Amino acid sequence: MLIGKAPDLTYADVTPKSVYLNRRKFLRDVGIVGAAALAGKGLFDLALTPQVAFAGTKFSDLVKSPFSTTEKQNTFEDVTHYNNFYEFGTNKGDPAKNAGKFNTSNWKVSVEGEVKTPRKFTMDEILKIAPLEERIYRHRCVEAWSIVVPWIGFSFSNLAKLVEPTPKAQFVAFESYFDPGQMPEAKYAGIDFPYVEGLRLDEAMNPLALLCVGMYGETLANQDGAPVRMILPWKYGFKSTKSLVKIKFQQKMPPTTWNRLASNEYGFYANVNPNVDHPRWSQAKERRLGEIFKRQTLIFNGYGDQVAAMYNGMDLKKNY
Amino acid sequence: MHAILTSKWTKVAVFLICLTPFGDLIWRIIKSNLGANPVEFLQHATGDWTLRFLILTLCITPLRKLFKLPDLIRFRRMLGLFAFFYVCLHFLTYLGPDQSFDLSAMWKDVAKRPFITVGFLGFVLLIPLAITSTAGWIRRLGGKRWQMLHRAIYISAVAGVIHYYWLVKSDVRKPLFYGALVGILLLWRVGDWLVKRGKQAPVRAGTQSVSANPT
Repeated sequence: MLIGKAPDLTYADVTPKSVYLNRRKFLRDVGIVGAAALAGKGLFDLALTPQVAFAGTKFSDLVKSPFSTTEKQNTFEDVTHYNNFYEFGTNKGDPAKNAGKFNTSNWKVSVEGEVKTPRKFTMDEILKIAPLEERIYRHRCVEAWSIVVPWIGFSFSNLAKLVEPTPKAQFVAFESYFDPGQMPEAKYAGIDFPYVEGLRLDEAMNPLALLCVGMYGETLANQDGAPVRMILPWKYGFKSTKSLVKIKFQQKMPPTTWNRLASNEYGFYANVNPNVDHPRWSQAKERRLGEIFKRQTLIFNGYGDQVAAMYNGMDLKKNY
Repeated sequence: MHAILTSKWTKVAVFLICLTPFGDLIWRIIKSNLGANPVEFLQHATGDWTLRFLILTLCITPLRKLFKLPDLIRFRRMLGLFAFFYVCLHFLTYLGPDQSFDLSAMWKDVAKRPFITVGFLGFVLLIPLAITSTAGWIRRLGGKRWQMLHRAIYISAVAGVIHYYWLVKSDVRKPLFYGALVGILLLWRVGDWLVKRGKQAPVRAGTQSVSANPT
């Protein structure tokens, strides 16, 4: 499309220059307080939040991904201060304010349901499933704004293959962590918790579907869904479950949070589609954070080459 | 109290206070301190201040009567015009950044989206009120007709609340709060009207009573 494409400067740009931990050392240090200090967060931070060892830890030796875009990335500041994470409040700035003390240590993700080997993964185990890649994705919110973020993770299919879904597995259900004690703002959100989402199995197995453990060269910020989340760049952001604790393979289509609240507004598929408007606002255009005027929204958020075939023969107006 | 309310300086002070939200926005623009989504920040701020000024305007009549402070009327027009000022800014943040100043696209959007339609209605209804806010227009229209026309602010305020309510996804606390305030202020007027009617009924046979105060 573009002839004079910008050089692919992305990798060097997002690789942390300050303090490197090699991967092996990182794995050893994760879970202990020392990692935070080594990562340059400083003793002051450490004294205030002794339990959060995972947040802010740098990754190195990230594999480049052919799925990455060369578009201009949004700043870390924007991506960590403009969040929809209703467990921590409904204003865009609330999660940055309220998720700071969110305790993500000793995290476990239960993978269960129609699989041969159900098991619980610790974060250490998740980080060892596959080489960590950096994927610079467009991210389109259902509210018609978008960002470009260098996420870190690997295709969700790597995890799925480990637990071996049975032939009965048709769908994958995702569930976020929920603790009203740590998330007092959640009671005003107007949606039910824990937050639940779901995908068809083939969607979950699509290489674009990212099991995400980091961003901008380091572990996920709490307000962006630490310590592990999904990223589904061809779908509206609300499909990408944050702070995952449960992944269940199942025969039935799982209920999804926003669909339960307003099924006429939020469908199960929620693929980015400029031709199907939200009943209350247009999806034809979006505002990239940092820009004043809106730009055209692309079908499947520009990832049609990778995902369109999964929806062949489906009426996307009905299956919004 | 009378001296304070009728002082020229009080009016100047109120005017400057009403301008501070605008000053704050200008300051934030200069300092690039509008967060990750500056356009949305401006849209929400100007929308919020429109609703607040509409509510303040609607407070004047009940406050005058409840606290027997007729001089408060001196501030009603100013507050109403500030509501209009902020709604104009609000509209510009929509016409510009959202619609790229494309009027035909804007009309399509207004026609298609209930939340825009109702917000646009609230805005348009305020235009004749702003134009006819001068003493000259009150004379030209006559008190009764002018008063009738200016009751359109009730519709505007309700439209503004619905506009906000339909915008939010699930956390409806703020639109409901504004809605409750508008509801109380309108219900007070209904109550006031009922009381007045009750008082009028027995004397209907005799002198005709005329309410001189626009409400």
